[in-house]
Amino acid sequence: MTEIQEKKKKKSAAKRGGCILLCAVLIIGSLWFLQQLFMPKYMHDIVEGAMIAEYYQEEKDHDVIFVGDCELYENISPQVLWDEYGINSYIRGSAQQLIWQSYYLMEETLRYEKPKAIVFNVLSLKYNEPQKEAYNRMTLDGMRWSMSKVHSIEASMLPEENFIEYVFPILRYHSRYSSLTEDDLTYLVKKDAVTHNGYYMRVDVRPAENVPEGKPLGDYTFGENAMSYLVKMNELCKENGVELILVKAPSLYPYWYDEWEEQVEVFAKENDLKYYNFLKATDEIGLDFTEDTYDAGLHLNLSGAEKLSRYFGRILSEECGIESRRGEAALEAQWDEKRQAYEADRDAQYAEIGKNRNEE
Amino acid sequence: MDELLEILRDLHPDVDFEHCDDLVDGGILDSFDIVTLITEINDTFDVAISANEIVPENFNSAEALYELIVSKMDAED
Amino acid sequence: MLFTSYEFLLFLLIVFTLYYLIPKKWQWKFLLLASYVFYFTAGRTYLLYIGATTVTTYLAARKIQDRKDAFKASFDAVKQGLTREEKKQKKEAEKKHQFRLMLVCLLFNLGILAVIKYTNFTISNINGILHAFGSEKTLSFVNLVIPMGISFYTFQSLGYLIDVYQGKIKAERSLGKFALFVSFFPQLVQGPISRYSDLAESLYTEHKADYRTITLGLERILWGFFKKLVIADRMLVAVNAIIKDTETYNGAFAFVGMLFYALELYADFTGGIDITIGTAQTLGITVTENFNRPYFSKSIKEYWKRWHITMGTWFTDYIFYPLSICKSMQKLSKFSRKHFGEQIGKRIPVYLASFIVWFTTGIWHGANWNFIAWGIGNFVVIMISQELEPLYYRFHSRFRVLGKTWFKMFQVVRTVLIMSCLRMFDCYRDVPLTFKMFGSMFTKFSVKSLTGAAFSGLGLTVWDYAILLVGALLLFTVSMLGRSGSVRGKIAGFAFPVRFLIWYGLFLTVLVFGAYGIGYSASQFIYNQF
Repeated sequence: MTEIQEKKKKKSAAKRGGCILLCAVLIIGSLWFLQQLFMPKYMHDIVEGAMIAEYYQEEKDHDVIFVGDCELYENISPQVLWDEYGINSYIRGSAQQLIWQSYYLMEETLRYEKPKAIVFNVLSLKYNEPQKEAYNRMTLDGMRWSMSKVHSIEASMLPEENFIEYVFPILRYHSRYSSLTEDDLTYLVKKDAVTHNGYYMRVDVRPAENVPEGKPLGDYTFGENAMSYLVKMNELCKENGVELILVKAPSLYPYWYDEWEEQVEVFAKENDLKYYNFLKATDEIGLDFTEDTYDAGLHLNLSGAEKLSRYFGRILSEECGIESRRGEAALEAQWDEKRQAYEADRDAQYAEIGKNRNEE
Repeated sequence: MDELLEILRDLHPDVDFEHCDDLVDGGILDSFDIVTLITEINDTFDVAISANEIVPENFNSAEALYELIVSKMDAED
Repeated sequence: MLFTSYEFLLFLLIVFTLYYLIPKKWQWKFLLLASYVFYFTAGRTYLLYIGATTVTTYLAARKIQDRKDAFKASFDAVKQGLTREEKKQKKEAEKKHQFRLMLVCLLFNLGILAVIKYTNFTISNINGILHAFGSEKTLSFVNLVIPMGISFYTFQSLGYLIDVYQGKIKAERSLGKFALFVSFFPQLVQGPISRYSDLAESLYTEHKADYRTITLGLERILWGFFKKLVIADRMLVAVNAIIKDTETYNGAFAFVGMLFYALELYADFTGGIDITIGTAQTLGITVTENFNRPYFSKSIKEYWKRWHITMGTWFTDYIFYPLSICKSMQKLSKFSRKHFGEQIGKRIPVYLASFIVWFTTGIWHGANWNFIAWGIGNFVVIMISQELEPLYYRFHSRFRVLGKTWFKMFQVVRTVLIMSCLRMFDCYRDVPLTFKMFGSMFTKFSVKSLTGAAFSGLGLTVWDYAILLVGALLLFTVSMLGRSGSVRGKIAGFAFPVRFLIWYGLFLTVLVFGAYGIGYSASQFIYNQF
């Protein structure tokens, strides 16, 4: 081949290479854009889906990590824990978080930091099998990719789900083309915070009225699958030198059976774990279900959450030995900022309620 | 040959069978026509055209068809 | 596995990659392995059935071929000394022998098909008869699993056997190669029914990775996915709603449903075939076409040359012709001519054979009276149009409308409507219900009923209808363009950016608008307790 021919060949090869590269960039770029567009943003209405992802922005230097479902993320205020006990905490909570999802979240969190204690709400022991696909998504989509996420997906998938739809969520959410909103563009890349260190604040009030007695069950034994994860949690925390603390939130519903209570107490005793059932301490906590709940007893509102946090904070600092870190400059600065957002959210919600009341 | 042409014209009076050479490929003769044709031919010429001889090559023109008939009448090996 | 599934795409990717990496002389063997793996994932026990058909047909064909070769040699040696009569006798004796071999194999394989597919149908009919005679006895149904594609591969194998018997082709000497012919995986799901002489041309040869062939194949697969996921699966939602609730959806809805089904079936069937032929093309293998713009047909006869082509030609070549010109039929024809007159006599072979073919076609589609009614319906329409031909001829001599655009459009619309009406047998649970629904189109037709709440009850949104409309228009446009040559060929002539836009655009359309996955609705997130 002559020199000119060789040059031409190199040029066209380079051109071809550049072309392929350009196409690849275009394809990957447009697919990424579409995926971001179609994934639900969870910024309004249903905000629970945005919770898990918020953790990664934080400074990973917490004393206590709460892991569990709405009975934690709606009932505990990390702001109060800091203000009154100097405890730096975070709630890794999500909607109907299943026990294996909690386990894998713990596993993942312990790779980022080593808190002194992990608090787990035991309600999810009642679910032995995967439940709802939508809730799976809200818990799992927000996790960063890791082996923990892979295992959590595998443990959670319902028969109609496919692993590849988690890897490429566009395959799951493509049908949202007909329900896209402004939010989908606004929050394409960056999202707003919907929680305060994992706490989902609600200030409204709806008193608890006729809370139904639990219907008798055929079998009260917790499923093997669910219990196995509790065992794993215990081992995981021991291996990492973290204290596992079990709690039962003071929610009037779903009904917490005595038979379930017994099993948890037995497990805690056998494994030398602390277990606090707040349902039994509502008086001490000072809870009044006519004003401390926003949904008739399922979850506490701001007033109730702060009361519970005050109560539990004392336990954490006195019985569990979590020392106050007030005075640490960095943390003080952080929490000052957080307090501003906390109070702003609270004020905005009260204003909204006042407005609604005026309009009535 | 004339007998054959008569049979063909009976089927489709408006077709020029003497010159047309894509009777099958051109869709002029359909499967019903072919069967009716074969029945008539078998009867008239006392031959037995078989199903595996129903190929476009044999039926595309009156000539090809006539050759088939003749070869069957003189059937040797 | 379904064509439109993640598993199949993964399977294709693996097969395609390995196919071009391994030494070329192993390619057909690899395809055989891949086909059996594909079939295995569909159902383990299926392998027994396809194995049985493969082996028996292979052996029967080999035996017939061996006899043919042996006979030719021995006959040539002695033919000089024989009279014409003796030659004829010898040949016929040999033919009889070969025929018997073929018949045994045919009956065995058709027997498998019959037992597996039609036992329960037979039982239900027997029960019906028993009850009609007041008997309390009820035979219980059997639980037989129907191997995927058994109707297709059985017919494909038997076609091969008959071709060998008739001397059209020579029997395949390699069992492996024959096994691949029977089980070639793109064809296992819904055909086409290939002829050995066609498929063998490219199935066993060595294939080099050729950019043009591969891209054409991939484009065709993508087009098939578009038809199936964007159009067919979406349309199916409304079709199902209409045919399941006949109390609400009759009259105008039956008419609308029939048209919806026409679109859905076309998109699904031709889309599946696109994926089949496209897949084969990426492997360098040519599979015969099964559709040729069937909705542009101007008559029923033409329609059946353009819809499910390989099935039509199979029934024509292997049942219609042999049946209509066999000796017994000729005798019957002569008899009828004598006793019922010329007109009836000469129609007997054609119509009787045609009726049998359509009855068989119907029952081949499914073990149900619906399908038989559908088959016979087709026969009746064809017979009527055949008998009306002299009338048409006189009409067209008087009125010069043949060839005029508007008249052609009339013919096309007429054909589409008739075929859509016949397909109603496909949709409804049983034959009486089908007639009822058909009748309701005339007795209960009310355009107003379409505008009520029932329409939204069909399960599709405005978006869905918009997508279906655009999709159908796209199908139509592509078909129109295709009349003057291959559309993919034309696209290949465009500049690269344009080609890229077209194919990537189509891909994104399938990705976003495909009716697959769990779907999104706000109601999924309604919770009462977290």
